[in-house]
Amino acid sequence: MFFRIARAATLALALAATQAAAQDLVIGLSTPVTSLDPHFHNLTPNNNVADHVFEKLIGKDAKEALKPLLAESWKAVGETTWEFKLRKGVKWHDGSEFTAEDVIASVKRIPNVPNSPASFATYTRPIKDISAPDKHTLRIVTERPHPLLPNDMVAVRIVPAKLAPTVKTEEFNSGKAMIGTGPYRYREYVAGDRVVLERNEAYWGAKPHWKTVRMRMITNAPARVAALLAGDVQMIEAVPTADIARLEKDARVTVASSVSNRLIYMHMDSDRAVTPFVTGKDGKPLEKNPFKDVRVRKAVSLALDRSAIVSRIMEGQAQAAGQLLPDFFPGTSKKLPPPKQDLEAARRLLAEAGYPNGFAVTLQSPNNRYINDEKVAQAIAGMLTRAGIDTRLEAMPSNVFFSRAGKLEFSFFLAGWGAETGETSSPLRALIGSFNTATGMGQANRGRFSDAGVDALILSAMTNIDDTKRNLMLAAASDKALGELQAIIPVHYEVSSWGLRKGFAYTGRADQYTYAFEVRPGK
Amino acid sequence: MTVFILRRLLQTALVLLITSLLVFFGLYVIGNPVDILVNPVADEIERARAAAALGLDKPVVEQYGVFLKGAVTGELGTSFVFGRPAMDVILERMPATMELAFLAMVIAVTLGVPLGMYAGLKPDSWLARSIMAGSIIGFSLPTFWVGLLLILVFAVQLGWLPSTGRGPTVDFLGLKLSILHWEGLKYALLPAVNLALFKLSLIIRLTRAQVREQSLLDYIKFARAKGLGRRRVIGVHLFKNILIPLVTVIGLELGSVIAFAVVTETIFAWPGMGKLVIDSIFQLDRPVVVAYLLMIVFMFILINLVVDLLYSALDPRVRLAEQK
Repeated sequence: MFFRIARAATLALALAATQAAAQDLVIGLSTPVTSLDPHFHNLTPNNNVADHVFEKLIGKDAKEALKPLLAESWKAVGETTWEFKLRKGVKWHDGSEFTAEDVIASVKRIPNVPNSPASFATYTRPIKDISAPDKHTLRIVTERPHPLLPNDMVAVRIVPAKLAPTVKTEEFNSGKAMIGTGPYRYREYVAGDRVVLERNEAYWGAKPHWKTVRMRMITNAPARVAALLAGDVQMIEAVPTADIARLEKDARVTVASSVSNRLIYMHMDSDRAVTPFVTGKDGKPLEKNPFKDVRVRKAVSLALDRSAIVSRIMEGQAQAAGQLLPDFFPGTSKKLPPPKQDLEAARRLLAEAGYPNGFAVTLQSPNNRYINDEKVAQAIAGMLTRAGIDTRLEAMPSNVFFSRAGKLEFSFFLAGWGAETGETSSPLRALIGSFNTATGMGQANRGRFSDAGVDALILSAMTNIDDTKRNLMLAAASDKALGELQAIIPVHYEVSSWGLRKGFAYTGRADQYTYAFEVRPGK
Repeated sequence: MTVFILRRLLQTALVLLITSLLVFFGLYVIGNPVDILVNPVADEIERARAAAALGLDKPVVEQYGVFLKGAVTGELGTSFVFGRPAMDVILERMPATMELAFLAMVIAVTLGVPLGMYAGLKPDSWLARSIMAGSIIGFSLPTFWVGLLLILVFAVQLGWLPSTGRGPTVDFLGLKLSILHWEGLKYALLPAVNLALFKLSLIIRLTRAQVREQSLLDYIKFARAKGLGRRRVIGVHLFKNILIPLVTVIGLELGSVIAFAVVTETIFAWPGMGKLVIDSIFQLDRPVVVAYLLMIVFMFILINLVVDLLYSALDPRVRLAEQK
């Protein structure tokens, strides 16, 4: 009996193998997908898969500019009211029609997913009222003027109204509720192993090239590269920097890359009078916290040789940073190029601030969160020591690092911020705005930098519905916070990269997403 | 016999309690899961909501109390990341690890015992010497390096076997297994060999040492003197006696192969429990880590029990009931 089953299975496999021709795409993902419920856990790998099956009103292009998906157009019709014109003729995977009711039901489900470890409620909270004047028009009223509502809607994935009120996370994981409007339909999910998708032949937009897409979770980086070289997968994400040069020389593969929205920066305790990890060079505690002095912060920035970090440690897979985002993003400043290393000026500034002989500090860094994070921190420690600030490095796994950083245990640390809104207010509010639960700012401001002028600029920008004006205000806030006050020290923007077999092409995305429907047949 | 098993059960409960205590508070010291799970963009309201939803807003002693209460009724908590009972998440991955461990042990035993016996019986032959030299290599090379090397040679260079992943599965007695047909076995071969290498070397060396030691003992000489054939002396008298230490070691090694397949599973992207627990530790998914370790400890205790029972079957001198 068992042998008969096994033989039948083998036969089916052999058949499947012969059909698996040029229409298939296998992708090696770098992080495990833990749930298919698009509203359960706000986690990039989960969102990445969800975007194939479920769509949002608004999407993003490769450079994170907003683009219409289920909404054809949108506009603010008052300070607090927005109107979305929805696409007509869009069908769910089960054949029923997509309407405004589906959006309303999805927005209502988002804050109410049981056991969610990280919900999407942050994006729906500004919404005071949501209604549908007709089947294809949506009206959203916000509490206060909220110019980033369209950016927030990029995180709101739409599920069918008939499922939304009652559907459970398990039903998505089992595939039963995987009914979306997206370019791919659900076929199979094996936890910790793979997600298999099938092209949606009735898709409203441009049909993707690949009929069957397998996303395999290969978390070990060398193994991912080996799978690509062996031809078991046609595409991998997160190519390790050490392998990029080798892959670029290999005729069988190409590397696609894009500068990302993730800034690697250094945060300093610029708040407490005395800070725990700073001492004199003799090891004796200092009477005051040197990082409270803007000249010391400026000296730290000038001590860094960003181009050496980019070329030697990141092997070119980064861009030196002078502000919060690469300059093609909205709200960036034209006046903040990456500072050049100037050890003389750094020492002079330290002397002016009252530290002619420098001081000693411990730099904390995660060692498994960002690309080459520990090595970058190591290099920075060396550069600072040369400028007169004796820097010891303490690197730790990210699960330890972020808990300690959150408790404000550190004086000086390296971290990263991905601006998922695709514009400057995200890092400005989170890293630089004064920590305040009422304004919602400073939630990642673990150096507790605080400046009333910068806060006022950010807050007034955040109530300005006019994109051009708002972005000018955000740029002015960046100028003040970074150019003048050195609230944080930008180091570099990560470049994300994808490895592809010959015959496959991809335009790297600034948001680091890996979309099968954007993979093209190449030369 | 009954007393023996009862005592073991009591010990088991105690060991499990201590393990849960250590793991629970150990993970608490590492960090707060909310800091890892919640998207950094989220505001304070969302962080508070997530902490409450996961039961992390209570004092840690109370959290442990809630866990213990559940554990008594067989509920080991809900995974933070998967939102499902931790035990379900683990059991779902179990067949993958089990079949890999099983295949690895089959390779290690079927090759290791004969090779070790040969090396023990003909210690001076060149073949025996090369077997022993090979076993030293198997011992000393790090698993992750051998794994990558296997992938590079057999998948990238020769293209004979797939580089990573688990092949298609078939349902067998309600379990999803992949090693029962060639398509799936192809995927399992490299990781199984990688996992088996260390155990193989261990078994070879142990078997050889046992054969060398036992061959010199009086009962073998006596059997020879009695005029028994070489085949019977080796196959029955010698073999049965070297089995006793071998069974202990193989039993314990089976446990360690299941528990510590982590490295191999990660390199070969094998969706087993080891990979799950590593991901869970990084994400501080405490219910999964605690449940996994409790299960592993339980498994070791069970294997030890089986080994003890086998012992008494193999060696009539061992009487379990007499142990006080």
